[in-house]
Amino acid sequence: MIEANALTKDYGDKRAVDGLSFSVRPGIVTGFLGPNGSGKSTTMRLILGLDAPTAGDVTVNGRHYRDHAAPLHEVGALLEARSVHTGRSASNHLLALAHTHGIPRSRVDELVDLVGLHDVARKRAGQFSLGMGQRLGIAAALLGDPETIMLDEPVNGLDPEGIRWMRNLLKGLAAEGRTVFVSSHLMSEMALTADHLIVIGRGRLIADASTQEFLSRASTNLVRVRSPRAGELETLLARPGVTIAALEREVLEVQGLTAAQIGDAAAAHGLAIHELTPQQASLEEAFMDLTHEDVEFKAAELAGVEAA
Amino acid sequence: MSAMAKAGRLPRAAHTGRVTQTRVARSEWTKLHSLRSTRWSLAAAVFLTIAFPILFAAVTASHWDSMSPGERADRNPLDIALAGVNVSQLAIAVLGVLIITGEYSTGMIRASFSAVPKRLPVLWAKTGVFAAVVLALMLPSVLVAFFASQAILSRKGILEISFSHPGVARSVIGGAVYLVLVGIFALGIGAIVRNTAGGIATFAGIFFVLPPLMNILPASWNDAITKYLPSEAGRQLFSLTHDAHSFSPLPGAILFVGYCALVLGLAAVLLVRRDT
Repeated sequence: MIEANALTKDYGDKRAVDGLSFSVRPGIVTGFLGPNGSGKSTTMRLILGLDAPTAGDVTVNGRHYRDHAAPLHEVGALLEARSVHTGRSASNHLLALAHTHGIPRSRVDELVDLVGLHDVARKRAGQFSLGMGQRLGIAAALLGDPETIMLDEPVNGLDPEGIRWMRNLLKGLAAEGRTVFVSSHLMSEMALTADHLIVIGRGRLIADASTQEFLSRASTNLVRVRSPRAGELETLLARPGVTIAALEREVLEVQGLTAAQIGDAAAAHGLAIHELTPQQASLEEAFMDLTHEDVEFKAAELAGVEAA
Repeated sequence: MSAMAKAGRLPRAAHTGRVTQTRVARSEWTKLHSLRSTRWSLAAAVFLTIAFPILFAAVTASHWDSMSPGERADRNPLDIALAGVNVSQLAIAVLGVLIITGEYSTGMIRASFSAVPKRLPVLWAKTGVFAAVVLALMLPSVLVAFFASQAILSRKGILEISFSHPGVARSVIGGAVYLVLVGIFALGIGAIVRNTAGGIATFAGIFFVLPPLMNILPASWNDAITKYLPSEAGRQLFSLTHDAHSFSPLPGAILFVGYCALVLGLAAVLLVRRDT
């Protein structure tokens, strides 16, 4: 369980996180979405107490992270910026972290195997590829068998197999009743993994809803119709509140009617239909719609700066 | 990497309880000995501490017959035995700075402070483990340096001095203690500056640039101020003789320990307050 309350962080006169309030619940995967530079990583650093908030507050499992007696058992975190000494081997890195909590070496070996780093565990981390470094970071996050798992852009640098592995792992961890909080700037990845979405832009909360809700809220009720008699169908369907676009010969895009209404109307007039597809806005489009204003605001602001 | 795709479940593990200072110290010990740079710096410090006195003793012994009485009077058996301390302090100081700045430059500090969010146990553990390692290596090194250089000089029958001679044991052991304190001082500087180049430069400025600069001052000022410099106060630990313008060993040692405590204390305050 992570609870942020009016969390705010300034760096100099730049506000990175602006009055964020949200809670991340156990038992589901919660996606933390926002364009690059929207404050996701800063929020995660605030949760871990690496940076102190300018105002507001954030707790993990009911306490400030700093006040936990055994933080690695409470929260396992993977930060976007690398957090490994390049001169140390993977297993020594994990062992050093394990020692702080009296976690035995056998657990380190278990995790090295779990993330598939067995063959390179004695190699210096500085020689690791991005994907291997990411696996090491994930092993570190899972070391303490934590109740809350917080990962910043975990699929960065992973191959497709690794991405699938990550997806299954996250869902499995949530199914065990853990709190799973995963950031990404990729909507498509979150659509496959997350049950709930927290969307931020420019440090502010934009949306906090289930993935389903988020999708339907953003969906545009477009229906794509293919018919050899598209012209007649267009005349038939035309009425106030309905917009019809002829995309190509035989294909219409109808807004304002359901697929059932269109199909029934066509059947009643004996018009053949070859395709009838409700078009759900992709999560990516929904995301763009939501963050659009913020991006635009930014662009306008930049233009203003240039003008001044 | 196909092993990764197979297993997709995190095995449960027993929760092993709270973070303690002892556990953090064990973690820091693992960090210290698992880096190549540590092993090289410490090996260099041991080598320099022992090799320089042996070299100086051998050169002194072989040139003794051609030396003028003035030159001979300048030679001091303890200066020879502890000649390596002045050189190896640089290796110890660089390592002291690196122990903390290496974590900042690589990002490891974020992992360290995530595991130990109260932060101060990390600083104390780093300091304690490093001090213990330096003492464990440097105490034998200065003893070897003393007895080896004496063995070479005594074959020639020159500059012999007994370990039980007043002040000798204190100076030899003081050489090792000085190196421990230099390491602590450098570690504190590293924690304040958080940057390897900056940390080493700051240390070098205080220990190697400041003392000669004092010569610009009028002699009376120089005499009054110089003895308060960290390097000068610390040097009294392993100097056999003390003139009117320097502290005697105990006050010098206390002052140097005070400087170390000051630097470490400032590091501690900043460590807790600053963002990582």
